[in-house]
Amino acid sequence: MKRFLIPLGLFLTLVVFLAIGLNRDPHEVPSPLVGKPAPAFSLEKLAEPGKTFSPADMQGQVWLLNVWASWCVSCRAEHPLLVAFSKQGGLPIVGLNYKEVRGDGGIDAKKLSPADETSLTRQRAGAWLSQHGDPYTLSVLDMDGRVGIDYGVYGVPETYLIDKKGVIRFKQIGPITPEALEKKILPLARQLAAES
Amino acid sequence: MKAFRVTLATCAAALLLGPLSPTAQAGEATPMAENPAVEARLIAISEELRCLVCQNESLAGSRAELAEDLRREVRKLIQDGKTDPEIKDYLVARYGDFVLYRPPVKPTTWLLWFGPFGLMAGAVIGLILYLRRRATRVEPARLSAADRASAEALLADTPPRPKDPA
Repeated sequence: MKRFLIPLGLFLTLVVFLAIGLNRDPHEVPSPLVGKPAPAFSLEKLAEPGKTFSPADMQGQVWLLNVWASWCVSCRAEHPLLVAFSKQGGLPIVGLNYKEVRGDGGIDAKKLSPADETSLTRQRAGAWLSQHGDPYTLSVLDMDGRVGIDYGVYGVPETYLIDKKGVIRFKQIGPITPEALEKKILPLARQLAAES
Repeated sequence: MKAFRVTLATCAAALLLGPLSPTAQAGEATPMAENPAVEARLIAISEELRCLVCQNESLAGSRAELAEDLRREVRKLIQDGKTDPEIKDYLVARYGDFVLYRPPVKPTTWLLWFGPFGLMAGAVIGLILYLRRRATRVEPARLSAADRASAEALLADTPPRPKDPA
């Protein structure tokens, strides 16, 4: 009897490990930035040309930084949730418009002048927000993706929950699901709001 | 060894040429042929790094857009005179150890690095124990006096086997 129990036990262990491995999403790479200060940047605002925003402006508030682009299909899937969430007025959401023009495979951004790229970015991002709703307190333009690299962005959408001291406390990779919002982001945000 | 010497040569070349090379313009990838020493180092570094979009490809081989952006960043860091470990740290700080094809040896990766040797040691110990136990267990069967007598009686009754015709 023991003869069969040992291989059976080994086999079941293997099955458990494989089951765990198969149910994990290899695209969800844990961010080393969670628990670290949000990288500083200064980027031009979408709605106010010439004016910049930096994360330091949000000091003392718990807020979300949501990375989006009009060419991003998953962003559109996530968007109604963000719009509904912003109407409840829970948390300020800052949009990081990521490579609006360069990220779109259909456009050869190298042929555009910087001024043309900026105006095309504003036009496309603005049109998308007026069509699908604007949940953002403000949006900033990361046209070359430099800030995205500092935040470890590798797939849009991504969302960062940042506390009052400017520390990243949570990162959602991929679209925010209602479950992630209810079970992870909101409870943590409430807890962070209570912190001094 | 040869590879090491080549890397050393490119490093030396990069150090010599580094200060002379123009700084990369933001958003504009320098053409491949502009500085062969920088390009050689870029390839050497990025082959050790994983592309996060298509995870089984290296940063050197991936055509994903993010890989292109990251190669641009690495190229800029090389031109700024950063060392290979500094460049790898730059990427690890943003994307985690996952970008390294060679994971660092630290407490959380001990199982990964030493687990296979542990498994092999366990298997060898198990094999030795099994062989020892088997050596003591297999012993010639003892016949009791009654068994021997009955065997002899049977042998005596059996007529000699006819010889093989061949």
